[in-house]
Amino acid sequence: MVMNNGSILEITDLTKNYCAENGAIVHALQGIDLDIAANDFVCIVGPSGCGKSTLLRIMAGLEKQTGGVASYLGKPIDRPTPQIGMVFQEYSLLPWRTVIDNVGLGPEFANMPKQQRLLLATEYLQLVGLERFAQAYPHELSGGMRQRVAIARALANDPDVLLMDEPFGALDAHTRILLQKELLSIWERHRKTIVFVTHSVDEAIFLADRICVMSGTSGRIMEMIDVTMPRPRERSNPLYGQLAERILRMLEGEVAKMGIL
Amino acid sequence: MKKLFLRVLLPAFAPLLLLAVWQVAAVRVDNRIILPPMMDVLHLIIHPTEDLLSMGSLLSNLAISLARVMAGYLLAVVLAVSIGITMGYYRPLFRTFSLFFALFRPVPPLAWVPLVLAWFGVASFATLAGLEYGRWYMYLNNLKISMVFIIFIGGFYPVLTSTIQGVQSVRTTLLDSARVLGAGEMAIFTKVLLPAALPTIVTGMRIGLGVAWMCLVSAEMLPGSLSGIGYLITHAFTVARTDVVIAGMISIGVVGASIDFIFRLFEERTFSWQRRSR
Ligand SMILES: Nc1ncnc2c1ncn2[C@@H]1O[C@H](COP(=O)(O)OP(=O)(O)OP(=O)(O)O)[C@@H](O)[C@H]1O
Ligand SMILES: [Mg+2]
Repeated sequence: MVMNNGSILEITDLTKNYCAENGAIVHALQGIDLDIAANDFVCIVGPSGCGKSTLLRIMAGLEKQTGGVASYLGKPIDRPTPQIGMVFQEYSLLPWRTVIDNVGLGPEFANMPKQQRLLLATEYLQLVGLERFAQAYPHELSGGMRQRVAIARALANDPDVLLMDEPFGALDAHTRILLQKELLSIWERHRKTIVFVTHSVDEAIFLADRICVMSGTSGRIMEMIDVTMPRPRERSNPLYGQLAERILRMLEGEVAKMGIL
Repeated sequence: MKKLFLRVLLPAFAPLLLLAVWQVAAVRVDNRIILPPMMDVLHLIIHPTEDLLSMGSLLSNLAISLARVMAGYLLAVVLAVSIGITMGYYRPLFRTFSLFFALFRPVPPLAWVPLVLAWFGVASFATLAGLEYGRWYMYLNNLKISMVFIIFIGGFYPVLTSTIQGVQSVRTTLLDSARVLGAGEMAIFTKVLLPAALPTIVTGMRIGLGVAWMCLVSAEMLPGSLSGIGYLITHAFTVARTDVVIAGMISIGVVGASIDFIFRLFEERTFSWQRRSR
């Protein structure tokens, strides 16, 4: 648990360059400054290729930045830690393990005894409503159920921070809305800090305390928007539509600049 | 009924046809050295414990051969899997050594024979263990180092190649998600890389065992060999016992095919997750 009320994740002047195959340098991120307070729900939106995944992977300790600092509770992040969990866009369950053994993976890496691990994993499976599928294999589940398992697996490590990279991107609209509500209720009960990348402006407004809009051309943060609408948010609320309109217009401008449209 | 047809009768068709052709041809040729009658060979096969050419029985020679193949093959698997996993996982190691291994790969195991003889001669595992008499000497002296080496070379490459390929094609998301969950390097190896690559590795192991088994005859033609199914075949040839030659060939085929079959069964049972997940 986090004691200070200040920021839990602090990102200062972060840059990341990639060397492309042809030798050209890709500026995936430039001068990113981002403070995320404990229990915050931050959504990152931006055009494809603007560096959202890169930013998340640096926060997870999976990738090294070229310059600047990313720190967790004041300490630079240089490798993955169990306190920072991540849910991936792609399918990331181990296909040869049952659902329950997938959820218990983090505790297993921490050498928790088997009995205790199973209890813990069951508890988190219940949280996402999948205890009936404990003995199933991932390929026996639907896409939505798999992402639920991935979320349960990340939560079973009891991380302070949960990074989510377009976790619902591959789901149909209905399942997506269902899982958004589930995620919010978990977030409210378990008080996690969540950083959530999405393509969907609608999803961002429904979930976030703050929305970080990234620019497609330069790998920078264009604007931070506080979403002040009371929860639970109604999509019929006119404020909802106005905000969506505003963000979409910003993104459209970006996409036009990139010359894609 | 349909199952019986598909599972038994259909696969049995071609071998039975071959036997029939053989029988007819043997009667026509009427020369036991060129083509012995089928029944002669069949007799040898259904009495596998009979002594042949005072070299021991078909079965005991098969057992000796199997022991040799297993010794070379197990060595190959242990080395190839560990080298393959590390090379598949650490890019720099792969870059450093892949050319090295690629250079030796096209060299047929048989081409190693002169070198191997010069190095090991007729030394056996009994020599290695320092034994000169007794029961274990009898067993181990049949495992000549040179033979085991030839079989090792045959089994090594299929396993190495498939292990490297299996490890390299493990999706990075699986590795990343394990790292984020707190997996150390050792856990990455044992709990992610190995199980994920295992289906590919086992396929390589099956092919490797096939190749190792095929290297047997060449290995048993090496000096110092006085037993084994390969030696039995070459020896029977020099005394013009073609029926023994064919019986030996058939037992090599049957044993090889059975091993392959068992491997496939194991693959299907254990790795159903792979077929059904994308
Ligand atoms: N390993 C890499 N090597 C070279 N370039 C890379 C690499 N990873 C990402 N990039 C480049 O960095 C930029 C940002 O990539 P990133 O994956 O972070 O984008 P994204 O915002 O997550 O996109 P999407 O919304 O499509 O997932 C892209 O231009 C991409 O081509
Ligand atoms: Mg991405």
